Amino acid sequence: MKRRVFLATTGLTLALAFATNTAAWAENAKLKIGFVGVTSGPAAAWGISNQRSMETRAAWLNELGGVKIGDTTYDVEIVAFDDQKDPKRAIAGMEKMAQDGVHYVVGPNVDDGAAAVRPVAEQNGIIYFPYAFPKELYTPPASNAILGMVANYQSGPAIYKYLMDNKGVKKVAFVAANESDPLSQRDGGVEAAKALGLEVVSDSVTYQVDTTDFTPVLLPVIQTAPDLLVLSGVSPANAPQLIRSARELGYTGLISTETAQDATVLMEGAGELANGFISVGGASTPELASDAMKEFVDRYTKMFGEYNDESNTKVYALEYIIETLKANPAAIDNVEEFKKTIDTFSAPNPFMVGDAKLSYVGTTSFGQKRQVSVPLVVNEFKDGKFETLFVAQVD
Amino acid sequence: MEQILANGLYLGAQYALIALGLTLIFSLMNVLNFAHGQMYVFGGFVTYTVVAQFGLPFIVGLLASAVTLAVMGALIERFLFRPVIRKSKRDESTMLLAAGIAFFLDAVILLLFGEKQRGVPKIVNGVFNWDMRLIMPYDRILIAALAVALIVSFILFMQYSRTGRAMRALAQDRMAAQLMGVDVDRYSMIGFAIGAMLAGLVGGLLVTITGVNLGMGGPTSVKAFLMIMIGGAGVISGAIAGGFILGMMESVGLTVLAAYGDITYLVIFITLMIFLAIRPQGLMGKPWG
Repeated sequence: MKRRVFLATTGLTLALAFATNTAAWAENAKLKIGFVGVTSGPAAAWGISNQRSMETRAAWLNELGGVKIGDTTYDVEIVAFDDQKDPKRAIAGMEKMAQDGVHYVVGPNVDDGAAAVRPVAEQNGIIYFPYAFPKELYTPPASNAILGMVANYQSGPAIYKYLMDNKGVKKVAFVAANESDPLSQRDGGVEAAKALGLEVVSDSVTYQVDTTDFTPVLLPVIQTAPDLLVLSGVSPANAPQLIRSARELGYTGLISTETAQDATVLMEGAGELANGFISVGGASTPELASDAMKEFVDRYTKMFGEYNDESNTKVYALEYIIETLKANPAAIDNVEEFKKTIDTFSAPNPFMVGDAKLSYVGTTSFGQKRQVSVPLVVNEFKDGKFETLFVAQVD
Repeated sequence: MEQILANGLYLGAQYALIALGLTLIFSLMNVLNFAHGQMYVFGGFVTYTVVAQFGLPFIVGLLASAVTLAVMGALIERFLFRPVIRKSKRDESTMLLAAGIAFFLDAVILLLFGEKQRGVPKIVNGVFNWDMRLIMPYDRILIAALAVALIVSFILFMQYSRTGRAMRALAQDRMAAQLMGVDVDRYSMIGFAIGAMLAGLVGGLLVTITGVNLGMGGPTSVKAFLMIMIGGAGVISGAIAGGFILGMMESVGLTVLAAYGDITYLVIFITLMIFLAIRPQGLMGKPWG
């Protein structure tokens, strides 16, 4: 009896080992793409939408059999690191990516984190896609950072000009959180508004991100009676409260921001008071979205329970990395090859209808192509949904 | 000026309610509950889920927050703090435990409720406007009134109920209370449950006004500690005073100092440092603890 059990067990073990070994032989190679960004704390929504967009797209590509780069087919593996919106953690995250042999990283999400990781990225041959706006990251001699979205100094003037021409805006006020990103976005916005001939009636009021009552914050701003109130760099967590407080204080003018927002969050937090709120939307509208974009939204929703409108933009960075590597397989472990490909790169954009292309832009703003080309979509919130106000292109 | 005072009173009422729970736990168990802010956030998310997801009335959401957090508080005291306090005489053991619970709750909140800002629709529409001198939405007035009612109820409960008297005795002298027959374990658990419940109730109340998100826990705890430092740690009247003082300082600072940038909290911190250097036990605390 014992011998029979022994033989059966040995046979099963051998069969299992063989099966496992065969499966291992059939597996694709791994293409590790990093993410270093904020996935905890008040700004968690920014980084989580990044990470989940990457994970959704990677799972989808892997399900299709992986991505073929040169003669090798890879499964995409996302290596994520929460920098907690702390530059020191962002550096640690980028160092971890270097140790793991990752050459392409999405993030960080904020200015100081993106600036902090620059030396690590440059020393270790990493190309990174920040969602941060300091121009020095993208202008020569810097060459390893590629802006993953439209910057406020690109979208702001377009929005103000539109509102001047179409809504008769003459006076503008700025409010920003007391943090590096919103403050630098406010300064850029003030500069752009003045250049367009707008009168800036208030630009010194700031707030703590953990403010629970914005009435005292906004009171002195509303008293300056602006036609347009700009919420510079406002996070999705603070936007509904600021809108609500402004309206409750009797403000009837326009409110706008240059950051992306989430329709559900606005509806829950401000309800009808958010109607008319203008924001930079994700790079997709119902008119622009292709079937692939719709499928991406479905897959994201199935994987994580709820879609985040910010992912309309954040779906792009991984796509750009993979398509550029496909265009030049030598860049798989050599970012200098990647940089050579940037100038001439062009590939079909799967997330937009028509013959839209993926390509790098940014020459006007940075003197070199260090920005992904995504449409600048400006939205107006109305009854729980975003309606497209206008669509423009950077560069 | 009327607007500044009204804003200060509104902020003060909510701050005082947040500080009450923290100071109660500190007075009973000598525990600095760093997870108080996370409990506040959890309470907000429970109300959000009940009201916005299940479509039930706001009061049901509020009760659900109170019950959930009371149970959570009782369990945390019974299974985490009690054994640690029994085995370790070092204060830092409970502080580390509280910090660990804060991180744990952050992770649980992310897992259960997600990363997005959440809010529930206004419970009362309309804005009170007194000749543009004083503007206050009705829902804020209601929430401030509810907060004041809860503070008064809490004081009455502590003053006149048997449980309240037992907890006060425990806070004054743990050993003497034990010798007089007070069941220390039982009342510590009840006290922790009430403290957590108060945090949950504020979260539930404020989710209609400010909404709630994953990252609010830490800053809320910091503000709560500020309040009990101003008023005096472990003293209920001190927590209330600390809450109203901080609310008023914030309201005045944000209006008067607006032109100089965001220096309100800088000024508050400097004032607090000077104040604590002169009176380290706070307004109503005793120098001997």
